[in-house]
Amino acid sequence: MAKSKSNLEVGRRKFLSRVAVAGAASAIPAVSQATTPVVKPATALPPSAAQMTAEFGAPSDQLAEATPKVVGQACHASDFMVDVLKTLNIDHVFSNPGSSFLGLHESIVNYGGNTKPDFITAMHEESAAAMANGYYKAAGKPAATLAHSTVGLQHAAMGIYNAWCDRVPMINMLGNTLDLTKRAGGNDWRHSAQDPVGMVRDFIKWDDQPTTLQGFAESMVHGYKIAMTPPMEPIAIVVDSELQEEVHADRSTLVIPKYTPSVPPAGEAGAVKETARLLVQAERPVIIVDRMARSENGMKLMIELAELLTCPVLDLNSRQNLPNMHFLNQNGQRGPLISNADVVLGIEVTDFWGQVNQFARGETLGRRRVKADAKLITIGVADVYMKSNYQDFQRYAPVDISISGDGEATLPALIEAVKSALSNERKSALAMRADGFRKKHADAYEASRQAAALGWDSSPVSTSRLCMDLWQVIKDEDWALVSVGASAAFFSNWPHRLWNIDRHYRFLGFGAGGGVGYGLPAAVGAAMANKALGRFSVNIQCDGDFMYANGALWTAAHHRVPLLTVMHNNRAYGQETMLIQGVANRRERGIENSKIGTEIDNPPINYAKLAEGMGVWSAGPILDPADLAPALKRAVAVVKKGLPALVDVVTQTR
Amino acid sequence: MARLLVIGFVLGATAIASAAEPSVKRGRDLYMNVGCYLCHGTEGQGSGAGLKLTPDPLPAEAIANFIRNTDPTTPSFAAMPSYSEKVLSDADVADIAAFLASIPAPKSPDSIPALKDLKPGK
Repeated sequence: MAKSKSNLEVGRRKFLSRVAVAGAASAIPAVSQATTPVVKPATALPPSAAQMTAEFGAPSDQLAEATPKVVGQACHASDFMVDVLKTLNIDHVFSNPGSSFLGLHESIVNYGGNTKPDFITAMHEESAAAMANGYYKAAGKPAATLAHSTVGLQHAAMGIYNAWCDRVPMINMLGNTLDLTKRAGGNDWRHSAQDPVGMVRDFIKWDDQPTTLQGFAESMVHGYKIAMTPPMEPIAIVVDSELQEEVHADRSTLVIPKYTPSVPPAGEAGAVKETARLLVQAERPVIIVDRMARSENGMKLMIELAELLTCPVLDLNSRQNLPNMHFLNQNGQRGPLISNADVVLGIEVTDFWGQVNQFARGETLGRRRVKADAKLITIGVADVYMKSNYQDFQRYAPVDISISGDGEATLPALIEAVKSALSNERKSALAMRADGFRKKHADAYEASRQAAALGWDSSPVSTSRLCMDLWQVIKDEDWALVSVGASAAFFSNWPHRLWNIDRHYRFLGFGAGGGVGYGLPAAVGAAMANKALGRFSVNIQCDGDFMYANGALWTAAHHRVPLLTVMHNNRAYGQETMLIQGVANRRERGIENSKIGTEIDNPPINYAKLAEGMGVWSAGPILDPADLAPALKRAVAVVKKGLPALVDVVTQTR
Repeated sequence: MARLLVIGFVLGATAIASAAEPSVKRGRDLYMNVGCYLCHGTEGQGSGAGLKLTPDPLPAEAIANFIRNTDPTTPSFAAMPSYSEKVLSDADVADIAAFLASIPAPKSPDSIPALKDLKPGK
């Protein structure tokens, strides 16, 4: 026995030394030394046959026969899988435990030492996917999820779709038992499929179902690379349960391939040069930008381009591309800027057609919002890769120049081309536009400040009071608004109107697919990334979204995730209430029944008690606005101790 | 028949009362019940979904003219829903206008510490 353990350890050291050579990559840290597993005697009685049957639908002796016996220099296959995850620098595996991935689960927490990756207990697979979504947007690198291939993936599908629409990479691992002779019965069958990824293949970028351990390593590295190549998207790897349980005879024969990140595709030089020429010559250009900035560098590039041209920017805010307080951020001038523009440049804008056209009920073609002779240019990777079933690609936009290239990767060349095309005389002429934009920015800011005061003392609490009392308690922290659910419009965009969003990581966009249930778990995932980065995470949480995935609060408490959640508790699906009202009025039926199906009231939900019940510090429900600021201060103190906190605020609809 | 008479009496009484003097209380009830507050806020402060109505609200005639003539082809999430006279009478609108006019003037942002020292960016 002692000899066997020694051989195992030698084998692992030899293996790790190989990994350090074969698996190291320029952008990925080398494997850290994994904790050597120690075989411990059982500390609890094994489950009875009846218990095993109830849990697995199979007698315990059948499971016992499947238990691998470690011999010689062999290794547990799932231990090797953990080494692959470590090589890929995966920090977290977001998962709800399941019997189709027991081997990998056990290897993560024991062999891997439950660190890099650690096993994060999500209470729903949709939450796990949303956590991975939020994590990527804060950390800039993917996390993994782990779920049953059938019931788990069905739950996770919405979270994956949100990530797909958000161009967010994540590694989804799915437990499955392909060989029917290896299924013990009952749930082993229900939790297996011939083609488990089929149901989400329309909204992931790539998937594989490796049947060997070496194949697993290659597919994971390959999938990681595909996910991280713009357009970034989720991928899925089926991890067969039998493969997890294998004992590999000679570990030294396994190799984790080197990961080399793809250089993002940049726009073609001639088209970029022509774009620069048009922008420099334009009298009324406008830049519309959405999922461009992946990093602080993206924001710096956006600032440089805008300032070079003294060109107004409309930031659609799926990422924070330009500081909201920059005078060229002219989001408040969207209508006139677009309708008067002579050149419109869209950078990574999913629905460019919708930006330059207006669509009304009953129309087919829509109405062109821009002038007939305006030049339209797009830069983005949407044409590089898209699928046909789900209609996220939006309407076809006829343009003058269409540049297939990653926005952030193309900006350096565009900036250089603008500099080349820009004479000193023209540069001075363009700079003359600055004062006008400064005034418009300042006027819009002052108008928002005045508007914020309206209804300041009202009850339910106004959304301006909610956001500005919150701003007062976080503005001196290194803060990040990690989630707002599906839209910041639900609380009238006050943070973008009056906060100082000066860094890329301060705002992480929305639940892009509009799938409800993104807000809280995405915030938890992002806050986990920010915890390591020393940032203070804030989540403005809509009540309807909260109730889809409130188990994420427990995850935050269990894993000690510092996150301040402030409820925007308007006791309704507010937008839908408005929409039903519109339909009822159009049909002249009155709106008395518009609350049926749209209110979250009678009884009202006490989110503070709900949070308390999951071990999260909480305050509220707050109806008197005077109580808000003191509660927020107390909550901030809790979060600064490294714990989650929730303040329940009963609010106006928007 | 008796039921019709009762309804007629109630409607007539309402119209007479409104014609005589718009009711702030009834206007507030209507404002909350017909959904104005959803987009415009409980004090008419407005929101990202609806214009501010206070301070200095429009007179009843202007409000009626606006809500009767919204563009029905505009997507419902982007426009003010239409309120025909069948849904909201002129008397109702008069009461709502009276309620809006009764809302006290808002605070100045300069008197609110959380808003006082805010400055726009560079």
